[in-house]
Order: sequence, then C-alpha cells, then structure tokens
Amino acid sequence: MLENSDPAQLKYVGKAARREEAIDKLTGAAIYVSDMILPGMLYAQVKKSPHARALIKRIDVSKAQALSGVRAVLTGEELNYKLGLYIVDKDILAKKEVRHYGEAVAAVAADTLEIAKKAVDLIEVEYEVLEPILNHMDALKKDAPLIHPDLGSYDYFKPAFSPQPGTNIATWNKMRKGDVEKGFAESAWIVEREYTNPSVQHVPMETHVAIVQWGKQDDVTIWSSAQSPFTVRDLFCYAFKLPRNKVRVLVPHVGGGFGGKAGIHIEPLTAMLSKKANGRPVKFQATREEEFTLLPCRSALTYRIKTGVSQDGKILAQKMTMYWDAGAYADYAVNVTRASCYSAQGPYDVPNAWVDAYTLYTNKPYGTAYRGFGHVEFHWGVERHMDLVAKAIGMDPLEFRRKNLIHPGSTTLSGEVIQEHTGNVLKCVDEVAKAINYGKLTDAEKAREKATGRKIGKGIAALHKAPAMPSFTATAAVIKMNSDGTVHVNVGLMEIGQGSSTAYQQIVAERLGFPLEKIKVTVEKDTDRDPYDWQTVASKGLIMTGNACILAAEDFLKKGYEVAAQVLRANPVDLAHDGEKVYVKHHPTESVAWSKLAIGYAFPNGNGIGGPLIGVGNYIAQGLTNLDKETGEGYPALDWTYGAHGIIVEVDPDTGEYKVIKVASAFDVGKTINPDMVRGQAVGGMIQGLGTATCEGYIYDKAGHLLNPSFTDNKIPTAKDIPEEIETIAVETPQLDGPYGARGVGEHPMISVAPALANAIDAAVGAELVHMPIRFEDVWRAIQNREPIDNWITKTPSGSCRSDPATRLHSPDSAITP
Amino acid sequence: MKIKVTINGDVYERDVAENRTLLRFLREDLGFTGPKEGCGAGECGACTVYFNGKTVNSCMVLAAEADGAVIETIEGEAKDGTLSKLQEAFDKNNAVQCGFCTSGMIMSAKELIRIHPKPTVEEIKEGLEGNFCRCTGYSQIIEAVLDATDQLDKKEGLKYAGK
Repeated sequence: MLENSDPAQLKYVGKAARREEAIDKLTGAAIYVSDMILPGMLYAQVKKSPHARALIKRIDVSKAQALSGVRAVLTGEELNYKLGLYIVDKDILAKKEVRHYGEAVAAVAADTLEIAKKAVDLIEVEYEVLEPILNHMDALKKDAPLIHPDLGSYDYFKPAFSPQPGTNIATWNKMRKGDVEKGFAESAWIVEREYTNPSVQHVPMETHVAIVQWGKQDDVTIWSSAQSPFTVRDLFCYAFKLPRNKVRVLVPHVGGGFGGKAGIHIEPLTAMLSKKANGRPVKFQATREEEFTLLPCRSALTYRIKTGVSQDGKILAQKMTMYWDAGAYADYAVNVTRASCYSAQGPYDVPNAWVDAYTLYTNKPYGTAYRGFGHVEFHWGVERHMDLVAKAIGMDPLEFRRKNLIHPGSTTLSGEVIQEHTGNVLKCVDEVAKAINYGKLTDAEKAREKATGRKIGKGIAALHKAPAMPSFTATAAVIKMNSDGTVHVNVGLMEIGQGSSTAYQQIVAERLGFPLEKIKVTVEKDTDRDPYDWQTVASKGLIMTGNACILAAEDFLKKGYEVAAQVLRANPVDLAHDGEKVYVKHHPTESVAWSKLAIGYAFPNGNGIGGPLIGVGNYIAQGLTNLDKETGEGYPALDWTYGAHGIIVEVDPDTGEYKVIKVASAFDVGKTINPDMVRGQAVGGMIQGLGTATCEGYIYDKAGHLLNPSFTDNKIPTAKDIPEEIETIAVETPQLDGPYGARGVGEHPMISVAPALANAIDAAVGAELVHMPIRFEDVWRAIQNREPIDNWITKTPSGSCRSDPATRLHSPDSAITP
Repeated sequence: MKIKVTINGDVYERDVAENRTLLRFLREDLGFTGPKEGCGAGECGACTVYFNGKTVNSCMVLAAEADGAVIETIEGEAKDGTLSKLQEAFDKNNAVQCGFCTSGMIMSAKELIRIHPKPTVEEIKEGLEGNFCRCTGYSQIIEAVLDATDQLDKKEGLKYAGK
C-alpha cells in the first residue's frame, strides 16, 4: 500500500501532528475505569494464598458472609469454568490446590471497599503446604511433582502448541533448519554458554481494573482496562458459553498495558461476583501488590546457545535450547515460546539451526505477554553470546556482527527468504556504531576516564522481531461522515498511549485529502459498536489497522463519488475532490460539497439519493501459515522490524558501580508516520528496557513467597535514571505492504537494551555477565569471577593463538574497527 | 468528622471518615478524578496535588488533615478552557502517552518551576524523580518543562536524528 509514498507529495504522513486525546489527559478529564463509579456498585476483594503450593483443606466463609454490607462471597468450588488463552488450564478461583503465592482462593463483593477488605480477613482457609517447584529447571526433573496432572485433558490450540501430558511441559516447540551436526563438524570454533533472566513485572501505572454487571437474561456488560476488548469478549463467552451478542466490553482510556492487559484476567471473577450479587455492578481493582502476584508477569528464561563458527568468523551452525518459566498457568507463555522459537537466532544468518523451546509450569505467578513478547529475554542471550563468541575467536564484536547479520537472500529459521524491502539491520547497527564512536574513546572520554578513575566501555546489540499472531489475524476500520463534512473513524485497536489513533488520523487525512481537524479517531472502545480487531499487541496495530484505514478511505471515496456522479451528472472517473467538495475535473466549478453528500443528497425538489456515507476497510494478514510442528517450517511473520542499540557506559572497576552515559537506538520503521511518536516509543521502550537491564525482577524466598511486590523493593527507572544522552535514529526501508511503507516499532525499543549495556560494561572492565538484571554487585562479582575461557569454548581451530590474552579481552582502545 | 476545604478556588464542606485519604476524598467523594492512584503508598506520584502551596502525595494525607486547607488539582490548571503554558508545552512536546501519570507529573513540574524558574536538565530530573512514568522514558517530559520555561534550545543530550 505504497501509493502516494513520495515524501514530497505527502501532506500529513511523516509530519508532526498533535495527539487529539492528550488534552483530556492533560486536564484530568480523561476517564479510566479506575475513575468510574456506577450506581449501586459493589467493591470486590480477593483472599490470596500465602503459599506457593498447597492443598486447600477447608475454606470457611461463614463469618465473611455474616458481615453487614457483604453482598456476595465466592470460592472455587462454586465455579465450574476453565479459562485459558491457548491452553485452558486455569480456574477462576483456585480449586483444591493453590499453584502460586498470591493466587486467589476466595472473593467478596461488598458495599464499600473497607467492608470487602474486612470480609476477606474473616475468611478462614486451611492449607496443607506442599513442596513447590520454584526453579523452572527443576520442573524437568524425573521425580518432579506435576503442577497440572490433568494436562492431558485440557483443551488447547492444537495448530500451534504441543503440551506434554505427564510432565510439567506446557508446550514443546521446535525449529529444524539445515544440518546442524554437519555445520558443527565444519566449524573451526564451537562456543557454548547459558544466559538467564528472571520474571519481571510490566508496571502499568494503572493497575488492572474491571467493573462488570451481569444483567438479567445473561446480558453482561464489562468495563475493563483491557488492551484487547474483543479478546476479553470472546474468551469470556468461551468460558461461560454465552453468545457474543450478549456480552459487551467497553474500554475507556487505559493507563498503560505493555502486554499485561492483553488477555483476559480479572473480568470473569468480577462477573461471577456480580451474578451472585443479583446483578449489581461490581468493581475490582488490583492493588500494586496484587499487580505483582495475582496478575501475570513476564516469564523467566534459561537460554543455552551453542554456536559453530568458521575460521574466518562466519556462523555455520547454532543449537539453541530455551527453558521458559510459565509459572502456574500457561496463559501467553506458550505463545511467547512459539514466537521466540522461530526468531531464536536473533537478526543473524544461521544456515544450520536447531531449536528446542520448552514452556515449563512452576509454582510462581504466571507469565504473560510483555512488550517484546519473549524477544527482550532471548535477545539477552543472543546478543551477549555474539559478543562472547567474538571474544572467544579474537574478533571485534561489531565486525563479527556485520559478517553475520541477516541480509537480503538470507533465510529465517522457518524458511522465509529475506528481501531488500524486509528492512536493513546492518544500517541500524552501523548508525548506532557511528553515533557512539564505537571502537575508540574520544579525547573527551579519555579525559573523563582520567578525571573519574572509571573505565568507559562501548557496546552494541542488534534485534529483530515480527508480530506474534495467528496467521489469519484480522482487523477493520469504518469511516463515517457527519452532516458537516467531518468524519469519525472507528477501529477496534485500543489507544493505550502508543499514539496509534493519531497515526490513523494522519493516514486517513492523507488518503482522503481532508485536514486533520476534520478527522476524529475514537479512543474509547465498545465491542457492540466498533469493528473487530484481534488484539492490541505484537506491534501490528500500525501496519494492519493502518492498512484497514486506507482501504476504508478508498471505499468511502468510491461511495461518495457514486452519489456525487449522479448529482453532477458526470462519470465517477472524471471526478476529483478536496477537503470541502467533489468536483468535475474538467469543469472544476461543477461541484457538490461533502457536507451535502454526507448523510444523503437532497435535490432542490426534495428527492433524496445516497444516504449516510460510510466507508469500510477490512484487512487480514496475508500469506502467513501455521508452522510445521516438527521442523518449524512456514511463514509466521507479517513483517520484520530490525533495530540496534549502542551504549556508552562508565564503570568503577573497584566496585562495579556504573552509569549509562549514552544510548543510541536505530530502528528500521519503514516509514515514519509521526516523528514525535516514533521517538516516544523509541525512548520510552529503551528506558523500560534499561529498567529490565539494571534493576527490575522478581525475587523469591525459598518457600516461593515473592519478596519485592512493591515500588520500594522493585524499582523502575525514574527521571533521574535516564542516560546523560539519548539519540534516536529512524532508518526507513519502506515495507511494501505497510501503510505508506510503515511498519511497527512499539515493542522493539525495549529489546536488546540489556545486552548492549552488558556488552559495554564487559568492554570497559571485562565482566562476563550472563544473568540480568545487571546490578552493581553483579558487575563486581563478574569482574572477580571470570570463568576461564576454556570452559565455554568446546572446539578450537588447530594452531589457534587463543592463549594470547590480546585476542580474548576486548578493550575499546585495541578494538578492530570496520 | 466535618471538614471545610478549598479546592481549585471553590469551598467544599463534607463529613469524612477519619481514615479517608485525601486522594479518595477528592476522587470518590468529590469527583476530582484527575489525581490517580498508582500505588497507594506514596511512591509513584500519580496522586500529586498542591496542599497549601506545596505538592504532596495525596494518598499519604488524610482528608481530615485538609480541614481549612487550600488544595489545587489538575482540574484547576487550565483556566476558562485555556491550557496553562505547562499543559500546552506537554501537548506540543508529545510528553503524554497513556496519561495516567500526567496530572501528577504536571503538578510536580509546576512545583519545580516555582522553585527553579529556569531549571537545568538536572534540576528537572531531580524535581520529577518522585513521579513514575512507564511510557515516555521522561525525555519528552523534560523537553516540555524546558519549553514551558522558554529554554528548549538547552536540550543537549536529548537528540533525535530522524529523517
């Protein structure tokens, strides 16, 4: 959909445009579900498990029920409904057994929040505490208890997943490309290492909140802070066996999502409380602590990578094993596993590859989608590994990357051939290398080192990601004209702060040739009235809904021209238009105003023709396939967005303390629709990535209690934590089937920030960091405990000069620059 | 207990429970939903309001303490439908994404400008440190504050090299 893509011709696309919904947010007028109070509304609270794994021996709710003002009390035994996005494995409230710390075992709805809290305290639960599985690697042991003994009987999405009944493996996905053993045999070097990262919380500023009213005759209305209103509706209907036209999901403004609000979470429980309270609306808002324990997090990962490299530094073979920690329920974690599996090598050309990716059940809060959908986690491994392989073979990491980056003609792990227009990761890498003066220290940096006694290091990490979504993912846009010639645009894709609605406004303005102020994209969603969209996830919103907007605009113009042709007694092909009117090209004075066509044209004698002008655009992903379950072959990627980060860091070699001086980030966005918003995503994502890199992560005690479910103990970056300098670079290789050539960049800025930082720290002081977050003490430890390089190189070329330290330790001053 | 509070220039008299926080009093009893609850523990700053001329986390103040106080919330920032210079600068510099932190952020930005009429980038970072934003990465917020104090030319270190 590249029409009109000559930048000189574009009036609105690629230009600044203010966010229309910002005014309401700036004045406090924007309404979020957490702000809403409905007539007769009750407040819900849940009783949570203090244990990671235990049998529920007895629940006594009698005292809670007797408390004045309590209108409904629920326990798991009353609720015979199972939930699950891909594997239907979760009860609304725990039944018989609790599987993680903080899991809900009972719930209350009462007249006030205070009464509800008091009632929950009065519920007595007797547990028999069992030994939990806390480390996901222990879930694989032969004698490990089964967290889901009924795994074999659960319904699941069969085209994509392979649960292994009788084990704790929720899915096992595979990729098989070429002949990996032959590749290793031909390799001069083989380097093998393991990389890990913990579970992490999304931390949307608005915690999960829902208000549900279970009306008479099972008409259910849900107000939710959801990213994906149609997914909430469809999964809700699946669980309760209700027709889709009985359930209405409304979403006003949402205070951040980042994937944590992509699925269905607290809505079913809140609905059941409303039903039990005789249809009164019930509100449940998670506390910040519940956001960490009751609601899902990002999965932990252990990633083993074994790489075979030729004498001159070309990757010949790579074997990768991912162990994903689902926590207690599969939710999105199985699809994170699947998406990570087909992208597992990172943006590199790997001719022979073998991936086994397992999702493992453990007794911890469960994992879900989180910005990057697995790619933040496994790129930590891939991009640290590229540096460590380069170090092992005595090559500069940038040179090693440039030699191996994916390029036109390369095939992905699943067999897709990369084209010129797919994007340019090499350019992203070169841009960030230039932006940080990679490979040398400037005079100012040398002076700074001298003045501070700290060492300055520079590191780079690249990235790729395609949307992870069903092969037939679809969306739509509707453009409706009002009687004054202004238009409303309805799309199902949520505005959760990313700025999509402004991008659609610009795209529609461009295609219709109308000024921006005539176009309003509705922000609040209503599944009864808005056209379907699968989910607001995967960085697919701009490309898919953007295309739907273009198609809706085409349809709108076609319909407008049909009516105008009758009015003007002209052939539609001879018509043209501007923001005010449709006119005959060869007699421009013969025209009819859009406002006269908008709701139907009336001739002077009163006869009417046409009717309300409505343009519809449907868009569905094209050419994607399910992947072969044994080999992974197929076409999973709507598009690939490439990028890279370059980081300059200064490190105290004595203490491990460090400070990020500069981050430069480049992404191949295809075409910038709105420069300010690209930058908003790029910087916001990068800082979120820096949070993951430096300080965030779940910490448990040995019994599986989460020790840091608060902002006191789980810090996120503040304004004081941002780097001294931030540079964002937009590379533009147009996406042939993207709107005006654009592709998504919502998640990508968060990916590979952590390895770029670790690579920079390693370059500065020689710290073999393989676990994130990278706390100061981790740097100090890594400086002290460098593993002998021989431990991780399992094959070396004959006559190797590897024992020469100069070839092992990368220092900025001696680096080989391209 | 009975309290009398001036909010954005208007006087409100209400009966409140002793344990009612100022935040819940503003949001649930009076409908000033601009201040948000992000943590309820005084850590995220989303509930920041002016209390007798200084900013406070309203989740950490009891409504009872506000008896006789003068409170300003985000709802009082725009006058007669016109955005303040600070709000205008936030809008112009794309300093708003999901918007949940915005009202608290504007209050803290206003306070930092009161203390430092021409704040440096370091002073802005210091002044906004108590307000979490998970969306923006703070750069465009810092630029908005620089813009609101007529020193946008000082934004070295916050560079955009887009085409």
